[in-house]
Amino acid sequence: MNVPSEITMERARRLAVERWLLLAGQILGKIGVHLIVITGAFFFTLPFAWMVSTSLKQGALVFRIPPVWIPPKLIWSNYVIPWTMENFSLFYRNTAIICTLCVLGTMCSSTLVAYAFARLRFPGRGIVFLTVLASLMLPGQVTLIPTYVLFSRLGWVDTWLPLIVPTSLGSAFHIFLLRQYFMTISRELDDAAKIDGCSLLGIFFRIILPLSRPALGVVGIFELMYWWNNFFTPLIYLNRPERMTISIGLRMFQTRDEGHLEWTMAMTVLSVIPLIIVFFIAQRRFIQGIVLTGIKG
Amino acid sequence: MNRTVPGAIAEREAEGVLERVLALPTQVIGWRKPATREAIFAYVCLSPWIVHFVILIAGAMFVSLFLSFTKTDLLTGTKWLGLGNYKHLFFEDPLFPQALKVTAIYSFGSVPLTTTLALLIALMLNQNIKLRGAWRTLYYMPSIVSGVAVSIIWAWMFNPRFGLINAALKGIGIANPPRWIFSEEWALPAFILMSLWGAGSNMLLYLAGLQGIPTPLYDAAKVDGANAFQRLLNVTLPMLSPTIFFNLIMNVIGSFQIFTQSYIMTQGGPNNATLTMVLFLYRKAFQQFRHGYASSIAWVLFGIIMALTLLVLRSSALWVYYEGELAK
Repeated sequence: MNVPSEITMERARRLAVERWLLLAGQILGKIGVHLIVITGAFFFTLPFAWMVSTSLKQGALVFRIPPVWIPPKLIWSNYVIPWTMENFSLFYRNTAIICTLCVLGTMCSSTLVAYAFARLRFPGRGIVFLTVLASLMLPGQVTLIPTYVLFSRLGWVDTWLPLIVPTSLGSAFHIFLLRQYFMTISRELDDAAKIDGCSLLGIFFRIILPLSRPALGVVGIFELMYWWNNFFTPLIYLNRPERMTISIGLRMFQTRDEGHLEWTMAMTVLSVIPLIIVFFIAQRRFIQGIVLTGIKG
Repeated sequence: MNRTVPGAIAEREAEGVLERVLALPTQVIGWRKPATREAIFAYVCLSPWIVHFVILIAGAMFVSLFLSFTKTDLLTGTKWLGLGNYKHLFFEDPLFPQALKVTAIYSFGSVPLTTTLALLIALMLNQNIKLRGAWRTLYYMPSIVSGVAVSIIWAWMFNPRFGLINAALKGIGIANPPRWIFSEEWALPAFILMSLWGAGSNMLLYLAGLQGIPTPLYDAAKVDGANAFQRLLNVTLPMLSPTIFFNLIMNVIGSFQIFTQSYIMTQGGPNNATLTMVLFLYRKAFQQFRHGYASSIAWVLFGIIMALTLLVLRSSALWVYYEGELAK
């Protein structure tokens, strides 16, 4: 009986099995992770796919059980007929104008305010900055009713002013974001410019702003997305269809309920598409911005 | 810098004009000391925000607090009530406890689930997998879509007879699937389920947090013989705890303000099963125009959100780890 060699062989065999198991485990783990990621992504995309599929169906096919995923005939007129029924082009135009004005408004004010916080010395800086931080966390409902009363006394109901004016007076979120970004710009540049005779405003226009293009882009995208999506504010302030934005226009169309769900779905697809395009164009910057500030738009 | 020269000159002139206008207060008062001028210039820059804060935030809060102690509506004008509104809210109006319950259940269901799901997705996507960027985009995409579109899509998904979800449930052999947004018990679970679709924005923050964990920590843990699960528990989670904390606070605040879903999908029904606090407030303020009463709802909502935020904040000392913090 050759005891030692048997033990050695046993150990070698066990080692080989162990190594093999480890490798198999790693491969299996990798496949497992991919499978879970793919399954998850499938579920996350499903509602979109279902919406698009419904929007291209013939009326009778919408309520077919079991559901048909790819309609035999794509009904593109589902996109054309409702568009004119509720004057969607006007809603789009309104929303685009509101978004543009809000973006411009908040850019003009928030940058200057943020510049003061990031660069200028003045008494009361700590307290004034605290007001920005406090506003950041404040749920809007506590200021909603007096603001509404004020704006309606001013005769601003059914105009776009209640949407545009507050953000154009500086938004706490953008001020905070821009201030954080301005702080990362080297002060030596300011000093050099000062020595060259640049004024405080000159520093803002010639140094801070040109170096902050990425942050300005983030602010622009956030503001655009916010107003494109916002439902509550337009719901409260805008009553006449000529003034409405896409979100309340879509809601109005949905409640009219023409008995054509495929039309509502088609209009929903159209309301989402501009956002998805903007997102894909500016994806990198957008994600950067979210990461930078920790808050989604 | 290929800007045309006239353009540049015009821009410079415009800037000069703006500068002179902004400097006007300084000159009128005649202060010449640089520090004073800087302070005045700073307040000129700050003026939009100061107007915003004083009128639309501090002033509005003050007025809203005052209104909450009054009976203010279209017919009677304003009448002092003291604590009457609050008494009515808590002891007489049966809908307020209902709204509170609905919102709390939604929040306590949706917040932990969203926070956890987002973390799991982020952990998966942080592995070395193929097409990482594409997956990240796919998971994030629902988060850019508006509340109205999301609500319309999901109302259709949850349709008891023709919706995709019940078609799938019937497909796997469940004969009587729930009636979701048309049923009192299932409407809120439907909302919670739907909120998971928006986990993408939390996920992005986790991914950023994960990227920030230094690899030497993992190497050290490996040398010490920690397996993958132990590394997750003892390195990843503690290092990620500030991000988890941030997401948790933001999710709590957001979940208590849920409105669009119940407004569009259920109108608060069936039988008030989805009557959220903000929908309740909206009805009082903008359908019944009871501004005093609605203000008191707003302040209770504010109080709850503050209390919960403080609670999470207080608890954070126990479980949030900040680098550079000394061990106690």
